[in-house]
Amino acid sequence: MDGDLVRVQGLRVGFATDAGLAQVLDGVDLAIRPGEIMGLVGESGCGKTTLARSILGILPANAARIAAGEILFEGQDLLRLDEGRLAGDIRGRQITYIPQDPFNSFNPVFTIGTQIGDLMRWKSPLRAEGVSGRARRRRDRERVLELLHLVQLPNPESILRKYPHELSGGQRQRLMIAMALLPGPKLVIADEPTTALDVTVQAQILTLLKSLARRSGVAVLFTTHDLGTTYEICDRITVMYAGQDVESAPVAAFFGRPSHPYTTRLLASLPTTRDAISGIPGEIPGLITPPPGCRFNPRCDRAVEECRSVRPSPTAMGAQHLVRCYRPMQESRAA
Amino acid sequence: MSETPILEVETLRKYFPIRNVWKRRTGWLKALDDVSLTVRKGEILGIVGESGCGKSTLGKTLMGIHQPSAGRVVFEGADIAAMKPHQSRALRRHLQYCYQDPGASLDPRWSIGASLREPLTIHENLKGDAATTRVREILRAVGLPEGHLDLYPHEISGGQQRRVGLARILTLKPSVLILDEPTSGLDVSVQATILTLLLDLRQQFDLTYLFISHDLSVVRMISDRVAVMYLGRIVEIGTAEAIFETPRHPYTRSLLSAIPKIGGARVTDNFALEGEPPSPANLPSGCRFRTRCPMAQPVCAETDPQLREDWPGQAAACLLA
Repeated sequence: MDGDLVRVQGLRVGFATDAGLAQVLDGVDLAIRPGEIMGLVGESGCGKTTLARSILGILPANAARIAAGEILFEGQDLLRLDEGRLAGDIRGRQITYIPQDPFNSFNPVFTIGTQIGDLMRWKSPLRAEGVSGRARRRRDRERVLELLHLVQLPNPESILRKYPHELSGGQRQRLMIAMALLPGPKLVIADEPTTALDVTVQAQILTLLKSLARRSGVAVLFTTHDLGTTYEICDRITVMYAGQDVESAPVAAFFGRPSHPYTTRLLASLPTTRDAISGIPGEIPGLITPPPGCRFNPRCDRAVEECRSVRPSPTAMGAQHLVRCYRPMQESRAA
Repeated sequence: MSETPILEVETLRKYFPIRNVWKRRTGWLKALDDVSLTVRKGEILGIVGESGCGKSTLGKTLMGIHQPSAGRVVFEGADIAAMKPHQSRALRRHLQYCYQDPGASLDPRWSIGASLREPLTIHENLKGDAATTRVREILRAVGLPEGHLDLYPHEISGGQQRRVGLARILTLKPSVLILDEPTSGLDVSVQATILTLLLDLRQQFDLTYLFISHDLSVVRMISDRVAVMYLGRIVEIGTAEAIFETPRHPYTRSLLSAIPKIGGARVTDNFALEGEPPSPANLPSGCRFRTRCPMAQPVCAETDPQLREDWPGQAAACLLA
């Protein structure tokens, strides 16, 4: 659809291993519109982090093989852009990143102020506008203090003089959010930003992230394995399984009328009552020799012959609701 | 579930010394501060709290991995906290501790069968066919085929390793199992199978669980009773239903309001609790939750509230509840 900020199409990425090529992404489609929060959900090893890193262009060059596909960012294909443009103008400027682990993402021997200063030297939006010298430093500092205030860090001036170990996990994650927003990006990729946090701190961080994204109109790609957090902050959700996107839907439709058998099984795995809980039999397939067709077919109780040969193409189940399944579930589900 | 207590904990304390660079003690970290609770035979008691609240220290102190600073731990009628380690060893056999990933404790150079036999040889002097029969029985119980006995840990998947780890703990026929974060780090679909397995095993082997977790929805699903910990104290304890339906302590309420509920009101629309827990080395006076409590009054700074059992099947440590 036109007007998408990011459109990933047919992306195929493999990783060279000693045992052979692991097919980590197998023809993945994903579209993010400006200003929307897109949840990317899946279990470990499903390829959500690889997809996020492909968009950022930070896959390990020695192992990753991008075999096919395109990543369109405002119409230009990031995979065909030269590294200089990518590093100078896109990565860290128009697309920024919030890492999972706020503990190891700062340099322990420099103060927060120094580290934010380094960031602003290269990635300040004023730099792109050509403002320089003292005027830029003053305006950058104001912007930093304003953002630290926005992420509700008490006493921004004193935070700048502190070292990372003097801050709590929640404070560090607030700083990460501030730093991701400082360059004035169009897309923030948040890779499991609340996984390492306690539930009360998680609630604070999610609230903050959502309100800031809404306020600044930035789009967010939010990867997580926790369906509950996607319900909290996302507009749309895409589910991945073993390197394939299986379903994509707005939040209400996703939880109200999940259509892919994998999605429904995933929702049924959430702990509710002792009798209602059910896991998914079998295990995630190896990615070096994945099953042909839909990769969920060996664990799927609805699988037919077709599923084992050709991967289904997306079928529309409703407005913006796409599912890749030959026999999608039809029943709606009490959320 | 019967009313007979199988494990009683009375005013258990575990203080860790805080030392400066010259090894001089400068203070105490009160990881457990007067924790009392009773575990009844056959029940699943969930212990929840945020990181640093002392839930793992509680498990480890009960197990004897940490020596308690004060208090009593009565297990099957004997005070094991007061005993010397060699005296309590025989008793503790029936009290087993299960680490977050029991599979990681398997020796990579030993076959699964050898790993499973080891505890039998050490504790029960069981050898030969008798041991093999017992090992087979346990392996079947955790849902693994017999052929796995000859495999090595690297030949089976992580989920299966976890099952073997559980089997290893079960070979000694414990009566109480302390499960420390048994499902953290697992994907939901695998978590679901492990939880079902734990429920199955409890039936089969007549087990009592102390289920330590930070995941409230898992605890809600699996527990009969729940204890909520905050900074080394139990702030609220009661039946799972009471704790989750009618929480009395403001901390429990905040904790519950922080869990995302699919289909319900969004937490991000109205979450109120501010700040993070203070350090257990530097506790506030009076009630330790008062610095973050939305209901705090001046009196909370003066009196340290004790657990009050003012509601049927539920007790809370709050002056204002």
